[in-house]
Amino acid sequence: MSKRSIAQILVGIDGNTVLSGARKIKTKLITEINKQGLSDQVSVIETGSIGPINKGVVIGIYPTGEMYGNVTEKDIAEFVQEKFVKGRPYKKLLLEEKMQPEIDLKTYDSRKTQYFGRIVLDNCGKINPEDIEEYIGMGGYQALGTVLKEKTPEEVIQIMKNSGLRGRGGAGFPTGLKWSFAAQEKESPKYVICNADEGEPGTFKDRLIMEGDPHRVLEGMAICGYAIGANTGYIYIRGEYQLSIQRLEKAINDAEKLGLLGKNIFGTDFDFKVKIKMGAGSYVCGEETSLLNSMEGFRGEPRLKPPFPAKSGFLSKPTNVNNVETLANIAPIILNGAEWFKKFGTVDSPGTKVYTILGHVNRSGLIEVPMGITLREVIYDYAGGISSGEFKMAQIGGTAGDILSAELLDVALDYKSLQEVGHNLGSGAILIMNDSVSVVDFLKCCMKFFMHESCGRCSVCRIGTKQMYESFNRLEKKEAYFDELKNIEELAKGLNLASFCPLGQSVASPVLSAIKYFEAELSEGINPNKIHEPVTREESGIVFSYS
Amino acid sequence: MTVKEIINKYGNKRENLLQILHDIQNQSLQNYINEKEVNLLSKEMKIPVSDIKGTASFYTMYSFIPRGKYIIRVCESPPCHLLGAQTIFKAIEAKLGIKEGETTKDGLFTLEGTSCLGICGVAPAMMINEEAYGNLNEEKIGKILDQIQEKESN
Repeated sequence: MSKRSIAQILVGIDGNTVLSGARKIKTKLITEINKQGLSDQVSVIETGSIGPINKGVVIGIYPTGEMYGNVTEKDIAEFVQEKFVKGRPYKKLLLEEKMQPEIDLKTYDSRKTQYFGRIVLDNCGKINPEDIEEYIGMGGYQALGTVLKEKTPEEVIQIMKNSGLRGRGGAGFPTGLKWSFAAQEKESPKYVICNADEGEPGTFKDRLIMEGDPHRVLEGMAICGYAIGANTGYIYIRGEYQLSIQRLEKAINDAEKLGLLGKNIFGTDFDFKVKIKMGAGSYVCGEETSLLNSMEGFRGEPRLKPPFPAKSGFLSKPTNVNNVETLANIAPIILNGAEWFKKFGTVDSPGTKVYTILGHVNRSGLIEVPMGITLREVIYDYAGGISSGEFKMAQIGGTAGDILSAELLDVALDYKSLQEVGHNLGSGAILIMNDSVSVVDFLKCCMKFFMHESCGRCSVCRIGTKQMYESFNRLEKKEAYFDELKNIEELAKGLNLASFCPLGQSVASPVLSAIKYFEAELSEGINPNKIHEPVTREESGIVFSYS
Repeated sequence: MTVKEIINKYGNKRENLLQILHDIQNQSLQNYINEKEVNLLSKEMKIPVSDIKGTASFYTMYSFIPRGKYIIRVCESPPCHLLGAQTIFKAIEAKLGIKEGETTKDGLFTLEGTSCLGICGVAPAMMINEEAYGNLNEEKIGKILDQIQEKESN
């Protein structure tokens, strides 16, 4: 960090807090600190999200780790007076939880410690994301330097394979293996693509990573470029993520000025440029081949695989596509080694996972925890319990994810343990629902989402999602056919089997898991006397004209 | 900027089409891409009009019909739905007298439903043009819309 004072006030500025006037609060803090003559002891630092999400503007104090929420301009004078002149916590706005401390590796035990350190979000909420010096001060771009000067591309890929890192976009494909596919290809140019088209409802971890620590993502991309032999990287980002776009653009410019991106990086003969491409509102574009079509300026419809992007991707050239969170893991792994990374999480799913916790909990927000903690721990240890009523169900991995009932509260959240009970981890969103939520109403909303986002390329998904929606509509009105549930189940299996891309396939996840755990409740919408009667031509509404 | 200048800014390549469409739409006061612009684009980039429209209509952010100066996008995805997105819709509909997909008579607002905006931490949420708003309730919406209306009437 460029300058260290005795205490630091971190002002979390991200998409959420900026709306509550975070920038004005920062200015006001500086004014007040100056007024009290404390400017050489207390520094005010702008940073990304600090953690709590629905608490208005949140500021954190280093080194004590206190956090204050719902801060308004009016409070600042009194706050500075209490906290820094009188030296006691400002009770009025003090939050219960503290900032996550740094990892102490000597005492670290992945299953016993109550508070875990962070890997991916290590810098988020600590450094000013718009100041490259601060990133460098935290060891930034060291990994890239080490790689370029001391390691061959093969060695880098080997480290990634050894680390066991799996793609954090949802599918969980081993990252090292993916890189090795693109590295094998002889054709050039090759491309590195950062998939920042985070559209899965309830997921916004990538946004907070990009807003809080953009250089980490760029460094990961450059290391990947070196490993697979690519000199150009693209970040495909949602059009809605304006703050992320601004910060990434600034980060790219700053890094190029210092020779950390661009031509002859670190004085070697390795060149790497990063460009930004903006999406235009389409969920299916998060699927990697749809993303490629969209990047090329076409409709974002999925492509047939094989050929996989590693062979024929962007502009038909070898391409490696990784999620933002995956790329943010790269630099720490290179710096600390694969063995270090494996200390976190489980044997099969090493590392940490960033989750967004939402819904009926006391503290919704972002956490980074080792793979393998349970849903119960997430809800009661991190999210402060259910906000009202009783826990009913949780949907993990966004709208395309499985619905888990109370009996699965103690299953470990990692790829393997969930697979054993027939579920998937998905993108990292955890939506907690209490007993006021109707399963039918919730699924109807999910189906509406799929119906809207289906790209229409394959008829299975285009028609299937619509039929699903209609079915849940009937269930809601208690007018469903006597065999509706059986039909829904069959249709879901059909969608899973025959859809062209993961969008249609994943419709089955929430539907089948809901039927598994909540069949009785779903059946309430059935009218046992309603049978399928043949529809007459008049009723069908189709008008034939013979004139 | 003219259509030609925007094309030159990004480069006359198919892969830049989405970016170019974004810019054309952003500079329109009615948040849409008009017929003339599509034709020009088609001629300059040598892409058939049908192809441009087919591509653009795939994405929810583009429009070929005039919309309001302010586009209200209310998130309809499950996390917002759970915490009351429907009441948000009703509040806006009541306040502005328009339904989803419609534009107010004064051409100020268009109401749209949208998929997840990625600000679920403050659900229920919406965006008005580039600005995001969270933790919404009826009262807050009234204030936000009043502010914009006031700003525009001056």
